[in-house]
Amino acid sequence: MSQPALPHLRYLEAEAIHILRETAAQFRRPVLLYSIGKDSSVLVHLARKAFFPGKIPFPLLHIDTTYEYPEMIEFRDWFTKEIGAELRVYTNRAAVEAGANPYDLGTAKCCHLLRTRALVEGLKEGGYDAAIGGGRRDEERSRAKERVFSFRDREGQWDPRNQRPELWNLYNGRVDAGESIRVFPISNWTESDVWRYIEVEEIPLVPLYFAEPRQVVVRGDTLIPLEANVKLLPGETPVTETCRMRSLGCTPCSGAIRSDARNAGEILDELAVFRRSERENRVIDHDQEGSMELKKREGYF
Amino acid sequence: MHAIVEKPLLRISTAGSVDDGKSTLIGRLLYDSKSIWEDHLEEVNRSRVNRAAHGPDLSLLTDGLRAEREQGITIDVAYRYFGTPRRKFIVADTPGHEQYTRNMATGASTADVAILLVDARKGILPQTVRHATIAWLLGVRKLAFAVNKMDLEGFRHEVFLRIQKQSEQLLATLSGATASYFPISALDGDNVVEASKRTPWYKGPSLLEWLENVDAEPASDAPFRMAVQLVIRPHLDFRGLAGQIASGTIRPGDAVRIQPAGTPARVKRIVTFDGDLEKAWAPMSVTLELDREVDASRGDWIAAASSVPQRARRLKTTLVWMNEEPAREGAAYLLQHGTRITPVRLARISERLDPATQAQVPATELRLNDIGLAELETADPVPFDLYRENRATGGFILIDRISNLTMGAGLIESSLDDSHEAGSLGTAERSALFGHRPCLIDLSERPELAAALERQLLLRHSHALVLEDAAISTDFLLSAGLLVISTTARPEASVQASRLDSDPARAISELVEALRRAGVFGIEGDYVQGEGI
Repeated sequence: MSQPALPHLRYLEAEAIHILRETAAQFRRPVLLYSIGKDSSVLVHLARKAFFPGKIPFPLLHIDTTYEYPEMIEFRDWFTKEIGAELRVYTNRAAVEAGANPYDLGTAKCCHLLRTRALVEGLKEGGYDAAIGGGRRDEERSRAKERVFSFRDREGQWDPRNQRPELWNLYNGRVDAGESIRVFPISNWTESDVWRYIEVEEIPLVPLYFAEPRQVVVRGDTLIPLEANVKLLPGETPVTETCRMRSLGCTPCSGAIRSDARNAGEILDELAVFRRSERENRVIDHDQEGSMELKKREGYF
Repeated sequence: MHAIVEKPLLRISTAGSVDDGKSTLIGRLLYDSKSIWEDHLEEVNRSRVNRAAHGPDLSLLTDGLRAEREQGITIDVAYRYFGTPRRKFIVADTPGHEQYTRNMATGASTADVAILLVDARKGILPQTVRHATIAWLLGVRKLAFAVNKMDLEGFRHEVFLRIQKQSEQLLATLSGATASYFPISALDGDNVVEASKRTPWYKGPSLLEWLENVDAEPASDAPFRMAVQLVIRPHLDFRGLAGQIASGTIRPGDAVRIQPAGTPARVKRIVTFDGDLEKAWAPMSVTLELDREVDASRGDWIAAASSVPQRARRLKTTLVWMNEEPAREGAAYLLQHGTRITPVRLARISERLDPATQAQVPATELRLNDIGLAELETADPVPFDLYRENRATGGFILIDRISNLTMGAGLIESSLDDSHEAGSLGTAERSALFGHRPCLIDLSERPELAAALERQLLLRHSHALVLEDAAISTDFLLSAGLLVISTTARPEASVQASRLDSDPARAISELVEALRRAGVFGIEGDYVQGEGI
């Protein structure tokens, strides 16, 4: 007998759980890349569902650039403890000690050292053969072509011209030693799917996602919340704005938007009239045309 | 509060020839349904590459990779997302060039409908036939012909009618396919989202209206199938089989069989993070707890006991070849089907299909982007359904054992095993077919009862055998699923006949009861003769 089709959010949920289970089953040492952001939070929630009544059978890895908002670290430690997940943290110590910062190096180079290099090294150090990430195909043009199981060579690099075909829900995760697969269980989700799911499932998030009055500096079209390590440029003075973060990154490089949305429902209302993408306030994506593709080729998530 | 959007998702595949405006059409659907962010559009406007004569080049929105933007061609499958208040859509945007058949097949493998782009000036081209054929082969039955660039033909009705007529020959070859036709201009937006004033002769819906209302592939009424992904065992009291339901419906109490062994069981609970379910159906991801300990693990299928999959080692398949290294007769690969990976040999390639002309050409190898008929021989029996009956259990991929690459995709067309050749039955399947488990009975105390017990068991349709020679090992007979009645002492026997009633008839009854208590006849009513298989 025929059954009603699943509502689209439940369809996406079932698909993501299938992908997470395939990852746990096909790899020796999978890891979930936990950025503390909303997409990671959804991913962790899906992983809890996938392996229930068991625990999440792989650790959560946070790449700490040392430029994270303090609220993020506080939330990370509380959340992972709350759900009984195993947390691991990796930082590119050599680059941090050499004083890597976006003001002297530029955003592209800083990001390469503290995120991309740190990620590739962190994965190598842990001997992980699969890294699960919260990337979505709707975020950026080059992501639209990423596979759900995306092959990385020994240097962690992506070759967009030579990807494994992916048919039905059959995922080929076979790799040789040193090679790895990046896994994207929420590839097919959009930003509003993520928020709707957060609302329906009542998934806790870092408070930075929700509007409140904050001290910021206005830099171009972007509001940069004033944190200890954000330097004022000549002529800048801090102002107080009711704002929220749409996407979380490092303090100097991720901007807030003016908003009154205080919960997931209000954010969905706001998204319905938004016309601009969530990554727009991430300075790093725009430093050159096709820059996300270049970062991804090098190993960025 | 925002309720979950209740509209079923629609998955669309698109493919088209060079310059027929496919990327522009998708850009148009995204743009006009307001699914494009302004900053992405501004990035397109700033781009150094712009092939549109006027306005933004909407194709740049979907041609994601640098090489594509520079060469002006789409070289891989890109997935696009857009939504209207009525429905959410996932579009697999694939290139139309001959060398990208593999990408077309990938996009079509999960699609509910296919949009076929036709240039109004050129009509149905070999590429249109190619795409329609590939989409149809992969199970897509709803085809939308988007007759594009109608503006360049002055929106003339006869142009549209001519193309409609041309397509009939193609449709005649695709059994079960249904077609819809749309006169559009992707560049200007006519009949894409809203009805155009420039086609007064066209009374049908716009392409988007049609997409909003078309039924997705009907929720499968195929029998229950679920590939076991992993066993969840958080503690000794719980053993759950986790998987995504491939087809059908399941409820607690339903009788199932573990394939390929054929072991019977019943579903005890459907376990999820959000609580136990009274019913679950495709494509839900669930964890099933069974009513008994059975040997089931990753690679097995759980199937409805009332309708089990076929099993075979020799399969007739359609292969879509996806690698530079051609498929050759005699080559060995790994076959991934559900969660099962089995070594496989490509026994024979019989013909190649030219999807552009639909001609069958004799062939002994399949090159990159070829589609052909091939016979496979697997190391272990594969439980399967025919692809045309069940997309989820009839499709597989072939993996190279050295490079680990996905070499091709396959659709199971039929079993090539002769019925008397499908002889590699395991003990578990034999038990399932026999309707009882194997058992050794030590009747050395009352050997005179052996023949009567054997007759009694055979009358019950059990498979019993008297063994009088102490030198013969019982292992082989038991592995064949038999009830072995030994007249010589067998201390390892699970039923020891001692202290039996002196009356022979009563003694036989006691023996049958002892077998029942030992679980030999399994669970009542579960596997009776003639049921299932």
